[in-house]
Amino acid sequence: MNPAMAMAMTLNATDNSGMAPVATPWFFYSLAALAVISGVLVITRRNAVHSALALIVTLLSVAGLYLMLYAPFVAGVQIIVYAGGIMVLFLFVIMLVNIDRSSKERRFNRIWPVGLTASCALLALFVSAIVKGKDLFVDRMIPLPEGSNTQEIATALYGEVVKTSQYPKGQYMMGQYTFAFEIASLLLLVAILGAVIMTKKKI
Amino acid sequence: MPDFITSYLDRTITVTPGAAGSQFWALIYVLIIFAGVSVAVICMNWIERKALAHFQVRLGPMRVGPHGLLQPIADAIKLLLKEDIIPAEADQFVFWIAPLIGLLAAFTVYTVIPFGPSQAVSDMNIGILFMLGVSSLGVLGIVVAGWASNSHYPLIGALRSSAQMVSYEVAMGLAVISAILMTSLNVSGTGTLSMIGIVQAQQQQGVWFIFKFFPLGLIAFAIFAVAMVAETNRSPFDLAEAESELTAGFHTEYSGLRWSLFMLAEYAAMIAVSSIAVTLWLGGWMHPFPNLLHAQAWEFLFSLFPGLTFGGLAAIAYIGAQRMPPHSFFKIQRIGLAVFAVVLAFIALLLLMIAVVAGLLPQSSAAAQFTTGFRDGIDNVYWFVLKVAVFMYMFIWYRATWPRYRFDQLMRVGWKVLLPISLGVLVLTAIVGVYFS
Repeated sequence: MNPAMAMAMTLNATDNSGMAPVATPWFFYSLAALAVISGVLVITRRNAVHSALALIVTLLSVAGLYLMLYAPFVAGVQIIVYAGGIMVLFLFVIMLVNIDRSSKERRFNRIWPVGLTASCALLALFVSAIVKGKDLFVDRMIPLPEGSNTQEIATALYGEVVKTSQYPKGQYMMGQYTFAFEIASLLLLVAILGAVIMTKKKI
Repeated sequence: MPDFITSYLDRTITVTPGAAGSQFWALIYVLIIFAGVSVAVICMNWIERKALAHFQVRLGPMRVGPHGLLQPIADAIKLLLKEDIIPAEADQFVFWIAPLIGLLAAFTVYTVIPFGPSQAVSDMNIGILFMLGVSSLGVLGIVVAGWASNSHYPLIGALRSSAQMVSYEVAMGLAVISAILMTSLNVSGTGTLSMIGIVQAQQQQGVWFIFKFFPLGLIAFAIFAVAMVAETNRSPFDLAEAESELTAGFHTEYSGLRWSLFMLAEYAAMIAVSSIAVTLWLGGWMHPFPNLLHAQAWEFLFSLFPGLTFGGLAAIAYIGAQRMPPHSFFKIQRIGLAVFAVVLAFIALLLLMIAVVAGLLPQSSAAAQFTTGFRDGIDNVYWFVLKVAVFMYMFIWYRATWPRYRFDQLMRVGWKVLLPISLGVLVLTAIVGVYFS
């Protein structure tokens, strides 16, 4: 009997954090590639339904990435809320639109230089964060050996906990990261109000 | 034998192959469940046609095999050989992929369905969330099929179906949450979303959640029982395929194999939602009164049930063979039914033998431990499948009994009746759980 099995034996039925991650880089790269490819398809397809289907694939592969980060709850909510709920409403609306006519129409994307500039700036930000990030927040950095798997990273982030379900995500959300959380909800509120105002001509 | 096969066979391992990290046995379980569900769908097809016929004082299929027993096989062959038509104006790729989306969503949820404490592919700690999420993806298949057909009836059917499924998902989710709240009233005080954990919580608390906080558990269960019929687009909520108004609804343009994939997905989804109801409210794999009747003698008595069930089926088949009209036309059918009876009797004998051997062998011996484990596994699966089978019969019963809802009635029931009640039950469950237990 190998040591992984011996370890798994000592766990109870509701605990599967003892599983050693299998082929982590392979899963990460294939999920990431799937997300990127289908993300590109979302903006390049002329047919809105094809775009929506590609978007569903993107959302599902992002859910897979959440799973790899030891955040199964976030992955489950991602599937329920985005892939199952919002995308169904998307398709619902798209189906009521005359696809043939709208796919032949010239698109009103005259502000593409602005979009390109903004996305390039964001890309530059990400790249610089990766390249120069090591020197920026030295005191906050968690030392990890090269080639650590996701489980080791999760342990470093959340500390040694017995069960995956006990990672204190809720506490973080209501404690350390309250501000970011509230900003996100404010953003959602603005989006809801905007949608109502744009659709209703007279309120 | 190689290590990856034998390592999981250790008697001390009491978790699912997924949790034990045994990919080989997880794969075997996946294959067994896939085959089992497919066979169950075939059986369900026959039973539904026969039961519906008897509800309406007809005979149902009688020609293909004795009492139409081979009718599903004939149907399957017919569907496989039929011409596979894709309408010229349809969106080819989406039309092709739509049944696969539905099928994938319906079969993926079986990963976490607990047929026993270790008889599941894997045990996720987000089990019920995963099930609800993936089964809600099934509606995508229907919506996309209706759109890709590029025809009016399918489009209307798909629109109706998506509106219906989205609105009943809300009440369904709230009913599920009230059951999950009950799991947190354990001794340890921590709740769980894991399917196996939910059943174990019922065992620890010594009550099925349908009877917990009477009548709150019962009401939540009733809401789920209504919502799950609507979620699977079954009668009386089958507006998506209302044949009197929409020909066949979202699958009007589908034929042959693709159509049968839709049917397979629908029946697989029915079994899956029934399994959720059984797991959450009816004690999953446990036999009645598991904490009271757990003595050796009771375990032995309950372990006889699977064998006796197959014995009863064998007896029915044997009586059927005896009652065949004494005419040479029916000779082959009579022989066939007799052979079927013998096969069933053989299975019954095997199951009884396992039960008796496990009951009579001295408990300390290694052979007894192995057979006891085997017997317990059969027991768990038997009770789970029995409870699910009751739900499947209820689906047929609903279909035979109730007229179809009108669309405004459907929406009214969903939003104005089920949703407020389920919200109230959720709040009351929380209050009772905190202050009165």
